[in-house]
This record gives sequence, C-alpha cells and structure tokens, in this order.
Amino acid sequence: MAGRRKFGAVGVACPLLVTSRDGELLILQPWAIETSGLTKAFGDFCAVKDVTLRVRRGAIHALIGPNGAGKTTLFNLLTRFLPPTAGTIVINGQDVTTLAPAEIARRGVARSFQISSVFPHLTAHENVRVALQRDLKTFYQFWRSDRSLAVLDARADALLESVGITAFAQTRAADLPYGRKRALEIATTLALDPSILLLDEPMAGLGMEDIEKISDLVVSVAQGRTVLMVEHNLRVVARLCSTITVLQRGEILVEGAYDDVSRNPAVIEAYMGQGHA
Amino acid sequence: MASASTAVPSRGASHTARRAALVAAAACVALVAPFLLYPIFLINVLCFALFACAFNLMMGFAGLLSFGHAAFFGGSAYVTAYAAKAWGWPAELSILAGLVTGGGLGVVFGWISIRRQGIYFGMVTMALAQLVYFAALQAKFTGGEDGIQGVPQRSALPMLDLTDNRVMYFYALAVFLAGFAVIYRTVHSPFGHVLRAIRENEGRAISLGYDVPRFKLLAFALSGALSGLAGGLKAIALQIATLTDVEFTMSGEVVLMTLVGGVATLTGPVVGAAVVVAMLTYLAAFGVWVKALQGIIFIACVLAFRRGIVGEIAAMLERSRQT
Ligand SMILES: Nc1ncnc2c1ncn2[C@@H]1O[C@H](COP(=O)(O)OP(=O)(O)OP(=O)(O)O)[C@@H](O)[C@H]1O
Ligand SMILES: [Mg+2]
Repeated sequence: MAGRRKFGAVGVACPLLVTSRDGELLILQPWAIETSGLTKAFGDFCAVKDVTLRVRRGAIHALIGPNGAGKTTLFNLLTRFLPPTAGTIVINGQDVTTLAPAEIARRGVARSFQISSVFPHLTAHENVRVALQRDLKTFYQFWRSDRSLAVLDARADALLESVGITAFAQTRAADLPYGRKRALEIATTLALDPSILLLDEPMAGLGMEDIEKISDLVVSVAQGRTVLMVEHNLRVVARLCSTITVLQRGEILVEGAYDDVSRNPAVIEAYMGQGHA
Repeated sequence: MASASTAVPSRGASHTARRAALVAAAACVALVAPFLLYPIFLINVLCFALFACAFNLMMGFAGLLSFGHAAFFGGSAYVTAYAAKAWGWPAELSILAGLVTGGGLGVVFGWISIRRQGIYFGMVTMALAQLVYFAALQAKFTGGEDGIQGVPQRSALPMLDLTDNRVMYFYALAVFLAGFAVIYRTVHSPFGHVLRAIRENEGRAISLGYDVPRFKLLAFALSGALSGLAGGLKAIALQIATLTDVEFTMSGEVVLMTLVGGVATLTGPVVGAAVVVAMLTYLAAFGVWVKALQGIIFIACVLAFRRGIVGEIAAMLERSRQT
C-alpha cells in the first residue's frame, strides 16, 4: 500500500519520451487526462461546473463526493457518452472533446459503469471474447465463420483467470454473483488493454471479502496504466489512491493526497461526516 | 464452445445429433411437401419465411424493431416484376435486382433511423415505409391498383421450366435456403457476435470501442437485401407485385410471423410464416374474422408466449435436459 502511494510522485511535469511497440518515438504527456472548464448543464441545472481536472499518468486517482455531485456525469463527459456544454478534454495530449464515444474507447480509454454492465445472456467467456474481438478487425465480416474467433479463447481464459473467475467461464453473466459480475466487467475492460481506466464505483454493493479482492485487482491492473475511480469507501480510497479530487455540486472542492484532503474542514463538512472525521 | 445464438446453447455430441436429426426431418418435409400440399401455398410460405427470417435478423439478432419492412419486400417485388416483364430480364437477374433494391432501401432507411432509440426508431421506419408506399401508389411503372401482373417466369437456365409449379417450388426452396444460409452465417460470424453484444447492452458495446451505428447500418442493409430477395422471389414465383406487398399491414404481418414462431431463434420465423400463411389461406373463407383471429394470436404471443412456438419448445427441451 505504501508502494502505491509513491506512484503519484513518479510523473514529473515534463513530457516523457517513450518508444512504442512499433519503435516510433512517442512523447508522453505527464497528464493522462486534462480537462479545462468542463461543464455539463441539463437545462438550468449544472451537473458539472467548470471542472479543471488533471490526472497524472500512472496514478490511481480517486474522484469522491456526495450523491449527485456529478461524478458519473463527469465520467460520461470524459468518455463522450454525453457531449459537454462547455470546456475541453485532452487525453494523452490530444484534444478529444468532439470525438465519438467509440473512438475515445479506441484511443485506450476504457470505462466500467456504476451499475454493473455486462452482456447478460453471453457467458463470462463470451463477454470477454467479444471485447477481444476488436483486435481481430474482422468484426464487420458477416460472411466469416465464428470459428475464427477461437484464436481468442486462450486470451479470454487468461483474462478470466486474472480476475479469478475461471470456474465461471461458461456461466451466463446474468447468473453470476454480484462480485463476480464486477470482476467480469473488469476483465472485459482489460481485454481492451486500455491505457486509462475509468472505474465508476467498482466496489459498490460488494461485501468485505469482495472489496478486498477487487481492491487487489485494481492495484494489479493499474500497473502501467492510469486509473481514475469513483469510490465511496474511504478505506479503499486511502489504500489505493495517490490523489483525491472531491467534487461537490458539480464543482471541484479540493484536490490532494488523502491525508490532506481528509483533514480539510470543508471536505469533512461536505462529505465525510462525523463518522470519518 | 457455446457459440450458438439461438435459444439453445450447444451441448456437445447429443446436441449435434439432435440437430442433424432435425435437419434431416426438415429436408424430408421439404421434399415431400409439394406432392402432398398445394405447391402455390408452399411457395407462398417459402417467400414469407425468407422475409420473416430477414426481418428477424434485425429484430431478433440486432434488437431493432422496424415497422417498415414492407417497403423492402414490396419495393423489391415491384422492381423484380418490372425488370422481368418490361425489360425481359431472366428470373435470376430480376430477383437480383430486387435484392439490390432491398439492400439500397435498407441503407437509406438505416441511415435515417438508426440514431433514434426505441419507439422513435420504429416510427421513423414506419414513416419511411409510408413514403415508399406513396411512391408505389403514384409511380407509373407500378401499375397503380392493379400492380404488375403476369410476371414472366423465365429462368436463365433453359432446362428449368418455372411455369411448372413443382419446379417453381424447388426453385423457391433453393432461393430460400441460400438466403437462410446467409442469415445463419451472419448470426454465427464475428459480426453476428458483436451485433448480439449490441443488442444485449448497447452502452457497453460502445465503451468497448465498437461503432454501434455502423453495425446497425450493416444489419439494416443485410436485412433489407434479404427482404428484397424474398420480395423478388415472390414477384417471380407468384407472378405478381401489388400494393398489398408494400402496405403497412405487410410490415405488421412480418412482425406477427416472427413473434408467433419465436424472436431471435433461427427457425422460428419459418414456423411463424407457415402458421400465418396457412391461417390466411385456409381460413380465408371466414373473411374479416381471420383478421380478428390474427389479432388474438398477436395478443396471446405478446402476453403469454413471448418466446413463440420454437422458443417455447426450445425452452421446454432445455428444462427437461436439466431435470
Ligand atoms: N441525463 C440527465 N438529465 C438530467 N439530470 C441529470 C442527468 N444525469 C444526471 N443528472 C443529474 O446530475 C446530478 C449529478 O448526477 P451524477 O449521476 O453525475 O451524480 P454522482 O456523483 O455520480 O452521484 P452518485 O454518487 O449517486 O452516483 C444529479 O443531480 C442528477 O440528478
Ligand atoms: Mg454516480
């Protein structure tokens, strides 16, 4: 857990030079996600107001805030599931404000949903495989047999194993226990090998034991990735996250390390309540 | 590997054997039927079975409920009939023209409607189909109220005498099987798997990076083309293309056939088409009462037998296997 915390200090405020798999030189921005003045209005009501957020590459960054603070809406903006009313979104140094949601996903931004989101009538194995299928580039080929998808089976099995649900490979997603469903969702998300993971309350509705498991999972999948997660469980946040942004009524209240944020009086009042003070 | 998209996931050897038996039985029925039943009736069934299967590709496997499929069926019937009669094209080429027409209309309909959700999607397809109906009513070449009658039945293959009803039946059977094979393959293709994922959870499919509108558009084009194939076949086989084919009731009838047989099953629409066509043919003497009966069946399907005939049977087999 201490090791995790250090991660936040890794990114320095200058571009990093890295070579990609193809050997070309990439300039990596220190920020995986940068928004400025991001705003979303539903009629008169501003769900997200002038949010300028920067998520450091390689960090596990928490987004917390009371119910209705606009966390999910912010995720929907970042993945372009909703068009912003104002502001810009820069991901890996590129302005993606006007891209289509599927295009954002293809740029390596993968998300999970607050309410577990699987393909209910597909088996766990099929759930993961349909995500892996994107790599094959045969997904428009209606004339090709689905036996061609068998090449993905080993990878699908490996992903299921990595989240510990191998035993459920042939179970329909709808029939999985809730904790396993969340694990399946993460496996499906990982199938895309994203550089940025947006997790919307991955522990919500889980028991102690599952929280432990999913926390470990988040830590391991965060290796070499950037994670932005919405999480209500502050123990989890304290353990996993290097930076915390507190959202309140659509606006950023404070941002910083866990200890600073948790001592901030405004935060205590707005979010943490007496129980956590 | 569980890859079957029908209601019954495959279960190894016993399942394969059962399926082989079913295919053999269906082949026997298809071969013997024209010697027991009126071939024209069977041809009718085949045309509508193909139409319903094409429709189900969208409703059952892509989760898109269109109320405008008559436009593809009827529009293509006109084009095929016209090509065969006015231009003297052979049956195969005329039917191909119908297929292209259906596919083209499918792209246009899809382009305009796929970004709408749920009921709005249905409304747009319905409105577009009304436009096609209007065009058919106004255009000169469609022959107005009379339609195009006496469509010649001339195959490019000289040894095929399509004017013989039994020959025509087997010809229609071949076209049906070709269309069915395309649908089967589509459902069991990489594309079919993504389509199924989109039907199951569209938001999730988008978040996996799939361009959902494109998948829907391709599904629309395929469904339109295959509906066009059915319409073209019908124009040649029954030698007529009329306003009935392009009317709103036709769009409703194909929904009924699919529901009766079983949505999202491969063979359901075939069974549904057979039931509905049989009803319309053999109960025709009861006049408007047939319509009432149709309505009652419709309601029963929606309220009590959601899975349709094939779907219910598959579910029963599934249950008996588990106990
Ligand atoms: N599509 C919408 N139309 C109108 N209002 C919306 C819409 N989506 C969200 N809102 C409103 O925006 C506010 C923020 O919602 P959001 O779901 O982003 O909150 P949240 O921080 O994720 O809350 P929770 O912790 O309950 O998940 C809420 O008041 C909500 O009612
Ligand atoms: Mg939320």
